[in-house]
Amino acid sequence: MAYVAVKGGERAIDNAHAWLAEDRRGNPDVPDLGTDQIREQLGRSVDRVMAEGSLYDPDLAALAIKQAQGDLIEAAFLLRAYRTTLPRFAASMPVETDQMQVRRRISAVFKDMPGGQLLGPTYDYTHRLLDFTIAAGTPPPKPAEMPAEPVAIPHVHGILDHEGLIERDTPAGGEPFDLTREPLAFPAGRDLRLQALARGDEGFLLAMGYSTQRGWGGTHPFVGEIRVGEASVFLTPPELGFEIDIGDITLTECQMVNQFAGSRTVRPQFTRGYGLVFGHGERKAMAMALVDRAMRAQELGETVAAPAQNVEFVVSHCDNIEATGFVEHLKLPHYVDFQSELETIRRMRADAIGDILQEAAQ
Amino acid sequence: MSLDLPGFSDAVLDAQSCFRAVLSAMSCPGTIQAAGVGLTPPAPLAPAMAAVLLTLTDVDTSLHLAKEAEPARDWLAFHAGTPFAASAAEADFCVAFALPDLAPLKTGSDDAPEAGTTVILDVAALGIGSAWRISGPGLAAPATLRVTGLPHDFAAIWAANHALYPRGVDLILCVGETLAALPRSLTVEEI
Amino acid sequence: MTGYNFAYLDEQTKRMIRRALLKAVAIPGHQVPFGSREMPLPYGWGTGGIQVTAAVLGPNDTLKVIDQGADDTTNAVSIRRFFARTAGVATTTRTAEATIIQTRHRIPEQKLHENQIIVYQVPQPEPLSRLESSRIETTRMHGLAEYGLMHVKLYEDITRFGHVSLSYDYPVMVNDRYLMAPSPIPAFDNPKMDMMPALQLFGAGREKRIYAIPPYTKVVSLDFDDHPFRTTRAPHACGLCGATDSYLDEVVTDDRGGRLFVCSDTDHCETHRDVGHVGSEGVAA
Repeated sequence: MAYVAVKGGERAIDNAHAWLAEDRRGNPDVPDLGTDQIREQLGRSVDRVMAEGSLYDPDLAALAIKQAQGDLIEAAFLLRAYRTTLPRFAASMPVETDQMQVRRRISAVFKDMPGGQLLGPTYDYTHRLLDFTIAAGTPPPKPAEMPAEPVAIPHVHGILDHEGLIERDTPAGGEPFDLTREPLAFPAGRDLRLQALARGDEGFLLAMGYSTQRGWGGTHPFVGEIRVGEASVFLTPPELGFEIDIGDITLTECQMVNQFAGSRTVRPQFTRGYGLVFGHGERKAMAMALVDRAMRAQELGETVAAPAQNVEFVVSHCDNIEATGFVEHLKLPHYVDFQSELETIRRMRADAIGDILQEAAQ
Repeated sequence: MSLDLPGFSDAVLDAQSCFRAVLSAMSCPGTIQAAGVGLTPPAPLAPAMAAVLLTLTDVDTSLHLAKEAEPARDWLAFHAGTPFAASAAEADFCVAFALPDLAPLKTGSDDAPEAGTTVILDVAALGIGSAWRISGPGLAAPATLRVTGLPHDFAAIWAANHALYPRGVDLILCVGETLAALPRSLTVEEI
Repeated sequence: MTGYNFAYLDEQTKRMIRRALLKAVAIPGHQVPFGSREMPLPYGWGTGGIQVTAAVLGPNDTLKVIDQGADDTTNAVSIRRFFARTAGVATTTRTAEATIIQTRHRIPEQKLHENQIIVYQVPQPEPLSRLESSRIETTRMHGLAEYGLMHVKLYEDITRFGHVSLSYDYPVMVNDRYLMAPSPIPAFDNPKMDMMPALQLFGAGREKRIYAIPPYTKVVSLDFDDHPFRTTRAPHACGLCGATDSYLDEVVTDDRGGRLFVCSDTDHCETHRDVGHVGSEGVAA
């Protein structure tokens, strides 16, 4: 029988996509999942996809999650690919998180302070027991009402700042770097680093942050404050010349208070690590703050030895869209290169056996 | 008033075809390519020069205009939206009507030679005039470059630029609806 | 396709890529950083090549896309469809008819001509990456043309194995100045890059680098006087067309060691058969 070269890539792709669509839908006897249900009931997934997809749009994130069958990295990729085609209208003003409408705010460094400790909707003290009433769809009990009037809650680091005990924010100089428009360049400024971390993979940052706690670039962190809530976004259209409020976004902010820097001549101060992410994402914000602080090692005169302190290493590897693409590209055909490896290894083995025989003959 | 004059009639496809002309010109130094055909830019911009500017400059670049090009400033600001550099030494692109002193222009660094300036020069004629022998990447064999409008000591000027390689400036020559390019990798000799 | 620009990318992005391409051509072999965009295909699957093609492509072009030398591999099909959808350009499988050829891992066997552009998809543009992981360091090495590290690596190979163990993505010197990764083409294809009449463009999307080799530019595979560069191919004739000069794929035909060797370049094989050549396992056209 004559050999016929493999053909039909086009048809194979069409068939694969049709099968995928059927697989995505699952058993048609089970009602179709609404994206509004995802937005309302899988909020933490939506938040993670918005953060790693770098696009604040809960409805699109919900669609992406549905389309990706709940694969959150794939969903973030869908948002990124959509985002890249959107026109840039303007850069917003820096978000004022001290003006946030806070629904959760805790500090580990003071027992109490202005604004108080506010647990809010947290899993922290839940016992991790599967709750079968959720499977049964039992309506939840009504929570206690929060006070309705908006109150600005001052940042905890402001309290430390009264005594000059903690380093201050440096004023932002001009428009921040945007790594979605310009190629990465090293040394990377903190604006670039924070942007990379805010878009970075939660799992990667978690592992990196964790490594600093185990001695790989430790910074003796305390949670100065974590706050979750709604912040207003302002921008100043050039044609208007004044700030306008374009809407609220949910944010999680983490301020770590870390080991002090200073000397006999420079009065010591606590240093800071910063995390800010879209939505409710405490794990990510905390890990980000740890890694941000670790990456400041060089700036603060510390030895750069651990992976989390290596800016090039962290920034080059924290993006899960880049990482997943490159890891998964290994499943593309590589048989041409493999063939060249086969020929090389066969030739080397033939040479080696030749040498062995020659030696034996002598 | 230069603003009355239109830009590309098809912003997408006209820019694409002009880019291909510049790409061919830069890939095959000295060859004459058609560009900006049908474009009616304000004087003193030739259609090819105007097309190159519309194709390559925008809000992310900086452009320096020789004073002869002042009448076209508003038109370029409107159609290309490019910020103007205060001096040629700061610009990514320089528009000139006589070869400027190359020494003060950006030549990039050893690590980032791509930051070198592109000079877009209006000349009197391509294919006729003074002749130089050119060789380098893009040329299968040394070729003859004929231009009217380059200084008589151009070979020496270019040698100083080429000596910086891989740093240096690149040159696009325009006349009417044609252009040619001299990348920094090129060697130019007297005949 | 409605809702998207011609060839998908917006004009500002195309201008940014075009500026990078022109500088890349002016400095053969130098990696120019560019603001690579997030494409609707995964990183590592040709996003750099796609962005370069999108910035170059026009309505009069005829596009050919190959992966592993074949037009019909799934990723080649997917990329060709992307441009057919977003730019409406003509596509072809014939090397001779194409004005732009986007490729992954091969250079066509048929000699390319002056009016063609070949766009390579590049996973790792840094030829020194396996020897020095920091890009800060490798950038400095390129700046100083300091390539001793690579020569040492190749020479260590020779002392250990008797010859260089690299069989693909074999490093080249471009225009006697820049060490360059030719992308993961087999070393068999390296000599085609030297003095090629077509323009060669390279796009690395994830690593955000563009580089180029103008036509008729010197491209030398690294070697030593006592160990000159040499290429390898499977020592067989193509089972379909009988060609003895083409790069071959090895197809496993049974579980008892059966092998069939066929041209990796499917257009080359078909063209060869169209003019009457038949291999040992082929059928006459």
